[in-house]
Parts: sequence; C-alpha cells; structure tokens
Amino acid sequence: MADMFAFAESRGGALRKVALEAVSAARRAADATGGGEVHALLIGAPGIGGKAETLGRAGADLVTVVEHTGLARYSPEVFAATAADRLRGGAYRAAFFAASAEGRDLAPRVAVSLGVSMASDLTDFALEGDALVGQHPTHIGKIITTVRLTGRPAVVTLRPGAVALAEAGRTPRVEQAVPALDPAAARVVVTSVGAKGDSQLDLADAPVVVAGGRGLREAANFALVEALAAAFGNAAVGATRAVTDDGWRDPSTQIGQTGRIVSPDLYVAVGISGAIQHLAGMRTSKTIVAINKDKDAPIFKLADYGIVGDLFEIIPRLTDEVRKARAGP
Amino acid sequence: MKIAVCIKRVPDMDLRFAIGAGGKALDPAGLKFDIADFDGYAVEAGLRLVEQQGPGEVVVVSVGPVATQETLRKALSMGADRAIQLAADEVPFDGMSIATALAAELKDGGYDLVLFGRMATDSANQTVGPMTAHLMGLPCVTAVSKLDLAAGRGTAERQLEGASESVEFPLPAVVTIDEGVARARLPSLKGIMAAKKKPLEVKPAQLGEARLTVQSIALPPDRPPGRIIGEGPDAVPELIRLLQTEAKVL
Repeated sequence: MADMFAFAESRGGALRKVALEAVSAARRAADATGGGEVHALLIGAPGIGGKAETLGRAGADLVTVVEHTGLARYSPEVFAATAADRLRGGAYRAAFFAASAEGRDLAPRVAVSLGVSMASDLTDFALEGDALVGQHPTHIGKIITTVRLTGRPAVVTLRPGAVALAEAGRTPRVEQAVPALDPAAARVVVTSVGAKGDSQLDLADAPVVVAGGRGLREAANFALVEALAAAFGNAAVGATRAVTDDGWRDPSTQIGQTGRIVSPDLYVAVGISGAIQHLAGMRTSKTIVAINKDKDAPIFKLADYGIVGDLFEIIPRLTDEVRKARAGP
Repeated sequence: MKIAVCIKRVPDMDLRFAIGAGGKALDPAGLKFDIADFDGYAVEAGLRLVEQQGPGEVVVVSVGPVATQETLRKALSMGADRAIQLAADEVPFDGMSIATALAAELKDGGYDLVLFGRMATDSANQTVGPMTAHLMGLPCVTAVSKLDLAAGRGTAERQLEGASESVEFPLPAVVTIDEGVARARLPSLKGIMAAKKKPLEVKPAQLGEARLTVQSIALPPDRPPGRIIGEGPDAVPELIRLLQTEAKVL
C-alpha cells in the first residue's frame, strides 16, 4: 500500500482535463500497490476549492486546496514550493503531473527541490519494486524509450490524452492549506494570460483535430477548416509550420516536431503534404484522414483514409456530410 | 552582458533510425549529428541579445564525449565567443544528472543569463533548464516564444495550450527557448574559419547520480500502410461510412 500525489492543473478557475488524468493515473498506481490513498493538490484563486469534488470522481481521497488572491494565474515558484512542501509532508511513492505547458514547467522544479530525478511525457507506466518504469516517446516520436526511474517520490509527467480517466466515484476529504511561498515574494510573475485561437477546444483536449497546410493557398481559406471543425462539434483546429511561419495561423496551433504534439481519436489533414516534422506531431493519432491533391504526398503513407483531389471541392462536401452524420438520422 | 548557452549534440531526426545491439541505444551506423533544434534557437537568441545590447560574451557549454566539440565549434562558427566541453563518456538520460554538472560549472561564472533550448529533440525530457536554475538559485522561465531584456529585467511570452502567458522576471535568470524567438543563423565561411581559433576549454563533467535510465528502446508499432479510398468529392460518402463503421469516430 502506498500513497500517491497528483497535481490538479486548472486555468481561469476551471479544472483542465489533464488534472483528471493525473488523478486517474495516481488512482491506478495506488490501487496497484494494494490501495493507498490519492492526494491531490489544487491551487488557484478563492473559489477553486469548488472543483475538489470533481477530483474525487477520478479517484482522489484527499484534496488539498490552496486558495489565494495572488494565485489566479500560474506562479511557478509558489506552485513548486507548495507542491514540494506537500510532498515532503507525506510518504508518497509517486507524484503525477501533466506533460502540459504548465506541468512541464512545474514538475522539474518540484523534483529538483526534493532532490530527486523525474521522468517526462510518459504514455504508460508501472511501479516495479523500487522503480517506476514508463514509456516515453523520444526522438520526435520515432523511438519509444522505456525509462526506469528510482527514488521517492517518483516524479513524472504524463502525456495529455494518454491516460484513461478513472471513474472512482469517491467523495474526497477536502483540506485548506496556505501557499508555501508568499505570492508577493515570487521572482517570476505571470502578468497576463491571453486566450488564443478561434476554436473553443484546445488541441490537447479535442477528440478530433482538423489541421490545414499550404494546400489551402491563403489564410482566408482556413475558414473551410474552421467550418469542418465546427461540423464535428468536438474538434480543434491546428496548422503546419509552413502556415504558422507565414502568419496565417497563430504559432500556438502549430503541430509538429517544434510545435504541439497531439494524438486525437481522429486527425484530419487538409492540404498537408506530410513533412516528417509535421508527422512527428500527429503520427500517434488513432485514425488519420488526409485530403490532398498530390497522390504521392507522404501524408498518404500514414493516412488510414485518403482522398486525392481538390480540397476546395472536397472539404465543403465533407463538412456537409459530417454535419448530417452528427445530426443523426 | 555575459550569456551562457547550454547545447546538446543530437542525431539528425530526418534519418531512419534502427535499434543498436543491446537494445538501449540507436544503431550508430549512418547517423549524422547536429546541434538540437531548440538549442540552435537558444544560441541565436544569445547572439542577438549581445548584438543588440552592447558589449558582451556568449559562452556555449555542452556535456558529452569528444564528438561534442564538433557541435560546440558549430556554435562558435555562428558567433559564440568561447566554448566549454564538460567531458563525459556519454550524456546521461537523467536531466538531474546533467543539471548537476552544468550548475557546478555555471554557478560562479557571473552570467547575466543562462539559455537552454526548450528540450533536446532526442531525449525529450525538458527538465535540464529548470533543474539547473534551481541548483544555481536563479529564477527560471521555460519554453519562451518571445524574450526581451531591459534594465536588469526580462519579459517573456510562453505558449500554453490554446493561450499564451506573459511573464516578468529579474536577471540573472535561466530561460529556455521555444519556437518563435529566433531561427538559428547558418555559419558563414568567415565564421567557420574564425571558430577554429576560438577557445574551447575541456573540463571533466561533475555529473550527478543517474536515477533516470534507459531500460530499452524500440521503434513505435507500425501503422497499417496508408489507404487511398477515392478521388474527389464523390469519395466523401465512402469516407463517412468508414469513419462511422470501421474507425467508429463519427
């Protein structure tokens, strides 16, 4: 029996899906050791504690809520000090964070504060004796590295979308705590957070990603991609580096080696030839659809379903058909 | 302004990889090596800051075997002033182990700024920068897509999922560089010639204990080969049918 720690990431007062994934992973790990407790840490502005029960549904036994008017936004030093403080206060076997922008910033700070090493971006893991063994896509996804991490707690970040959500249905105990560092004393300060992009869903959370490339010819034609994403209703819009470099789309939507890595249930590549750098960001998608005028485009080697032809004819038709399919018979 | 840029020599990701004997490392046959993508951006960012902000020095630092010197020379040919190789037979997979060696070297170096790439494209851990910062007692901002310095303070932008955040911090600091700050310049012929004469110091790496190790590596499972189901808009109904009945995603 061993207790597990999970960091519950939130933004703007709302839990992110990766928070539930971290708690779910901790639940699974605790159960695998014979039923230890899962302790989640939830930090934010006053009111964030209202989200504690949701974490119970994913398997948290205890939620430590740290509310402070100075913590409406992420504060790397305060979050790290507070997480490290909680981890020092318990005999945790492992600590789970998301391999999100925030989690990848936070977890190394926590690990080094505790004097332990950490493993990053795991798609799966198991506790084996005094080690945690996990799978980590490396070399832009072209290699799967099995890593072995020793030390307590085993600090890990989990690839968003890789962990199945637990349905534990618990009602957690909730305790209030104060930040381990006064937010006013932090050296690194997040001064603003600006939402970006036109689609509601984030690339990491969306079950469907519709991405556009140079084949769209100009920025305005991304309206076709937006419309298709809207027809799915659960899609986010991504782009290739060629497109973000040209300023057609925001850089935060770039999918690929130097951008975002996504693995949705369905990836629709519109006017994307499939440069290796782009494939590195989406090759683990469960189903891949490609629409491109060049039948020899590399994307067709990867696509489960490819249609060769003029995307300006195909996408409007596809958008109509998807809308009809979504509406049901 | 004195800037250190920590870089890593990594395999060229465009090549086809094979698993080496022993199953823990890539087959070295046919591999080519270069500075990691983001580390190249970090070198460029350091050079530009010194160019814009007056007199200064850019020192490139790398942990690794003798071959690492080739990567350091490349950074020198881009314009860095001097290089330090922290010699180790191999680069540990454990970011904490690497950070221990870098912090020991950089701690008393009087640097205003220590730059890293957001992550090495091979090991993809994205941990060395913030760990080094903590060991040096410096503030740290990771994965910045925009960086400005003025009057002993920095402002940076970070890309989040579907959003971006603005960050302020005091110098000296550690910053890791993401896509967006600067593309790495190509070394000029003059730069390549000059690099041969620039100082490259070799010191033993004081690595920390490696507690994150590679147990094995493998190629990812093959996807079934791609399938073209038709041409033009007339293929759309078949696509819809397959998405509903075969892939079950619609």
